Amino acid sequence: MKRIALAVAAAATMALGSIGTAHAQAKEQFFPILSYRVGPYGANGQSLFGGMIDYLQYVNMKGGVNGVMMTWEECETEYNNAKGVECYERLKGKAGANSAPVFPLSTGISYALIDKSAADKIPLAMVGYGRTDAVDGSVFPFAFTMVGTYQMQATAIVKYLKDQNKGSLAGKKIAYMYHDSAYGKEPIVALEAEARVNKFELVQIPVAHPGNEQGAQWLKVRQERPDYVIFWGWGVMNQTALKAAQKVGFPREKMIGSWWAGSEEDTVPAGEAAKGYMSATWNVAGKDVPLVADIEKVVYGAGKGNLSDKSKLGSILYNRGVSYGILAVEAIRKAQDKYGKGKTMTGEQIAWALENLDLNDARLKALGATGLLPPIKTSCEDHEGSGKVKLQQWDGSKWVVKTDWIDGNRQLVHPLFKASAAQFAKDKGITPRDCKKAM
Amino acid sequence: MQFFFEALIGGLLSGVMYSLVALGFVLIYKASGVFNFAQGAMVYFAALTVVGLMGHGMPLPVAIVLAFGAMVLLGLATERFVLRKLVGQPPISLFMATIGLAFFIEGLAPMLWGDAVRPIELGIQDEPIPWLLERFDIVVSRFDLVASGIAAVLVAVLAIFFQKTRIGRALRAVADDHQAALSIGIPLERIWAIVWAVAGFVALVAGLLWGSRNGVQFALTFTALKALPVLVLGGFDSVAGAIVGGLIIGASEKLAEIYLPPLMQAGFGGNFGGIEGWFPYVLALLFLLVRPEGLFGEKHIDRV
Repeated sequence: MKRIALAVAAAATMALGSIGTAHAQAKEQFFPILSYRVGPYGANGQSLFGGMIDYLQYVNMKGGVNGVMMTWEECETEYNNAKGVECYERLKGKAGANSAPVFPLSTGISYALIDKSAADKIPLAMVGYGRTDAVDGSVFPFAFTMVGTYQMQATAIVKYLKDQNKGSLAGKKIAYMYHDSAYGKEPIVALEAEARVNKFELVQIPVAHPGNEQGAQWLKVRQERPDYVIFWGWGVMNQTALKAAQKVGFPREKMIGSWWAGSEEDTVPAGEAAKGYMSATWNVAGKDVPLVADIEKVVYGAGKGNLSDKSKLGSILYNRGVSYGILAVEAIRKAQDKYGKGKTMTGEQIAWALENLDLNDARLKALGATGLLPPIKTSCEDHEGSGKVKLQQWDGSKWVVKTDWIDGNRQLVHPLFKASAAQFAKDKGITPRDCKKAM
Repeated sequence: MQFFFEALIGGLLSGVMYSLVALGFVLIYKASGVFNFAQGAMVYFAALTVVGLMGHGMPLPVAIVLAFGAMVLLGLATERFVLRKLVGQPPISLFMATIGLAFFIEGLAPMLWGDAVRPIELGIQDEPIPWLLERFDIVVSRFDLVASGIAAVLVAVLAIFFQKTRIGRALRAVADDHQAALSIGIPLERIWAIVWAVAGFVALVAGLLWGSRNGVQFALTFTALKALPVLVLGGFDSVAGAIVGGLIIGASEKLAEIYLPPLMQAGFGGNFGGIEGWFPYVLALLFLLVRPEGLFGEKHIDRV
């Protein structure tokens, strides 16, 4: 009798336990976070992932998404492709079918995960990096090159320069100095097309990885004497370039970097050499964004902040991390609106939401994120959803926004994506979805 | 022609910066026959220690002195806990130990001082010398010239140290044969501790100059990549070779980066560039085929 009672008690405990687990699972949305906080780009990763995690914490402290709490686990990739794939495989098992979007924050890791994430039905968010032709959702249903692509960014910079020259760049010379990798090479097609249309001369100057020595490249700049330098750097390449530009006397005001070459991590170490330098950005810096100020108050006020160095709060990369968090959480919210409020969403359901996101001015205002990032409206045909940048300038101590949102040259760039995606589909034997039926 | 000379001078001065890192490798190889894979990590550790201490409110000179102390401690600890157990072991074992050491230091440094990219101001502007610019239209950086001066002083001091002092001669004896040096009463542990401390000092100088130029960050560990072809060219055990190798690598990679891409483009079409990443290694490989011991390296003749 005693044995039976024990068995019943054990069974009841197990049953209750499983109910508890199921309940907990139903109220949680798991984020596999492929982060890098050590290694060559660790300093950048600290701010980016710190911002993203702080936002998830903030959402939780405000009650989650209709009661569903955000949970996460980090895995260190060191910005290394092999480790990135290893981390993805490990955390994918933990997420099961209910994975929030994965943000690898590396073009290399993104490329390595494109096929895997599609097979696993886990949305791959490549926000401001990654495979750019994934803008075409008919071929890439689970890959989201959101907010902006390198090509749209490059053409937006050209548009800005055109405006600075009374609407014409004819006869001008523009040097494109770039990290000699997929990241640096992506915008070349768009810039070459812009050069043909706008009749300016484009001089291409590649820099070998890691870019900690650029003497020859800047001597070439001195020899060519371009009117502007469009600069596509990352990591140590950025500080080195600013110092080298100073060395050859190239005016920093005529040097415009990409959004990966426009953070405090790039300019502060370069000191005086960075003053006047410009860069594109899809998110602004500053703690005057109401949401960022509230994160500091709510999350850090409760001692739950992710960053040990609070001075990073409000920096370009921190605010970009917060923006990543917004995109992911808004997608989960959108998915819940369609598939059931208060439920854990599957990767497939979140992918649908990422493809139907409408982060308009009113919603950004409600989030306290007005001006932090551009309005975004995605669709099956357009996973990018924006393609807008602002131009900012380093005044010696902070980034100062100099323009409103500038749209890239969509008519020029998007057909290139379409053609590239079609080729990818052909090579892989993929039949593109009919976007009209994908609503 | 003016541009050619500008590129040449710029390359030679960059080469001196590579030599500074190469010197650290040479010191340890010369004294122990070990190729120290951790030299790049030591450069990072030294520079990070300086900015870390400055972050705690210390003035630069004090931070430099304390960082030197930290490098000496690191050297002593390396000798005590890593190398002492490996006396008489094949060089490959010692080399593998330094690989482990490199990863350990790369992890330890940011753990102690944080990994934010930080500037380090030595008070030397990386700007063109106005006189040369106005008179000859040639850009020569004041910073690069000072770095060359520092390298020249370091080489002179190290050359005297190795050739003229008792410890220097003992170091060379140890490099030739650990066991033989021990048998004639040379205190191997002390010698190794001294040489690792001196290599730490060279790493500190290199870290300060490279850090001042590019910011103190993890990428300082990559400076070792620039030193490898210098060593192959100049010889692993020659202080003078590190300097001459650096000058050759620096000048040739800059001239190649500027003048080769147009030729390659004309020959093969497409867009070439960014070749200075691999060009020094190809040059070093060619040298290896012709003169394996490097320009100034000691030629080994083994009896069979």
